[in-house]
Amino acid sequence: MTNTDLLVKDLVHQHGKKRNSLMAVLQGVVKEERFLSEDALIAVAREFDLSAADVYGTASFYTFLDTIPRGKNIIRVCKTITCHMKGKDEVLLALENMLKVKAGETTHDRKFTLLTANCLGWCHKGPVMLVNDEVYPELTPQKAIEIIEEYSRH
Amino acid sequence: MEKVLKKVDIIFENGDDYNPMAILENELSRPGDEIILDLIDSGLKGRGGAGFLTGLKWKFTRNEDNDVKYVICNADEGEPGTFKDREILDTVPEKVLVGMAICSHAIGAKEGYIYLRGEYNFLLKKLQHKIDEFNRAIEERGMDFKIYLRSGSGAYVCGEESALFESMEGYRGEPRNKPPYPTVSGYNNKPTVINNVETLVYVTMISKLGPEKFKELGTKDSRGSKVFSVSGDTPIPGIYELELGMLLGQFVDEFADGDAKAVQVGGASGNCVPRKKFADTIIGFEGIPTGGSMMIFNSTRSMYNVLHDYLEFFTEESCGQCTPCRVGCQQLLKGIEAVKRGEKPPAYLDDLKKLTATMKIAAKCGLGQSVSNPFNSIVDNFREEIIY
Ligand code: SF4
Ligand code: FES
Repeated sequence: MTNTDLLVKDLVHQHGKKRNSLMAVLQGVVKEERFLSEDALIAVAREFDLSAADVYGTASFYTFLDTIPRGKNIIRVCKTITCHMKGKDEVLLALENMLKVKAGETTHDRKFTLLTANCLGWCHKGPVMLVNDEVYPELTPQKAIEIIEEYSRH
Repeated sequence: MEKVLKKVDIIFENGDDYNPMAILENELSRPGDEIILDLIDSGLKGRGGAGFLTGLKWKFTRNEDNDVKYVICNADEGEPGTFKDREILDTVPEKVLVGMAICSHAIGAKEGYIYLRGEYNFLLKKLQHKIDEFNRAIEERGMDFKIYLRSGSGAYVCGEESALFESMEGYRGEPRNKPPYPTVSGYNNKPTVINNVETLVYVTMISKLGPEKFKELGTKDSRGSKVFSVSGDTPIPGIYELELGMLLGQFVDEFADGDAKAVQVGGASGNCVPRKKFADTIIGFEGIPTGGSMMIFNSTRSMYNVLHDYLEFFTEESCGQCTPCRVGCQQLLKGIEAVKRGEKPPAYLDDLKKLTATMKIAAKCGLGQSVSNPFNSIVDNFREEIIY
């Protein structure tokens, strides 16, 4: 059994086999592996006795349930209106230059994926980004770079 | 302007005489229908924006003959410009939990869920801890009710109640046909009360203060106070609890930077009000109702960019289930781009307005139906900015 199989079994054990637990299991896989691989989708489908297409169809609906490989840390820069007004373009540009990727891409060392996101719920403190589950409000390009440097250290 | 803008402190108030468990216990000693009558009498309307009487929603659910019922707290706040529920859950979570427990007692539910948007995952741990404590405390008091926490995965449309149920059941978060309404058939197709975070807090506070006290605030159609999230061109962005029924002009005097040319009331799906209408626009159900989001734009902002941002948002967040919305959003976006580039004549904007009228009628849920609000209000009031 692969690690992914074991992880899925463990999550299903924890949350239950009913369809109502599907989201929690998919979220659990993403938390551990950063995305849903084909193997993971198939393992989940097997455990829930669903078709892999059904599981994929559900997962692909949600922005946070990625089905393509992601880096160890996922950066989501809010691009919606008030963050836009407060300078998210400059923040994004600074991060693109620093990480040498465009928004949507993953760095070569697989440490970071840089994404844009719709409103993160911190509009009064824009521009804002999420790194994994952590929130960083009131960014400047300089501040954003320092925060990511901190993440690249470990 | 005769009415004075009044700041209120009900939601975040944490004075000595405030004891959430005492409020709950008092309510548990009263019959459910009495609580519901009080709630109806208070005039509390759902704070998510739709404005249905909360007590009535509870009454319908209570009257359903079913052994299994649910209470759901909708914490999937995702409307651009809206961030009040995060603050409430972060600072006064007990008030939300007590509101849910009062509801469970009133309608006869044994399970409650909080559906928290994925973007707020940083709150999960703290909230789960609070919930565990609360569940233990009410179990000790012999109450047969338990609250669970669920998290979303980044889909704005899941804030729509039936899409939220689909998501909780493990499916794509696509809105269902209505009717049946959640009060009859909600989560797991059982009668369900679904209220937003702020509404549940007001339930708790109305239980504490009594309906009369609550009714002293606001107007006939818009009782009480509500939480506003203020962003954009303002020196004091943030979260404020204000009495309902104020004029937009008063709001602008208080919060804008002196150069406001428009305020988007009610988030991206709300209405954009231009300066000339500030003085006679009422914030409330008799004027412009709002879930609480106020985005202020000053004269340095391009209203074309504002509309473009909104349309991009809707295009990305449309669930794609129905054609008027899926295709409509994209065509509106392409349409204003084409007008801007001069590839389409200005009159094309009127064709696009016809399209939003169709969407309003034919789209299946509020997302597609409400795109006409920002579109028409911005195109009508700032037409030159869209064209040139
Ligand atoms: S209106 Fe839009 S979001 Fe709503 S069901 Fe139709 S496609 Fe989905
Ligand atoms: S617009 Fe960026 S957090 Fe809301």
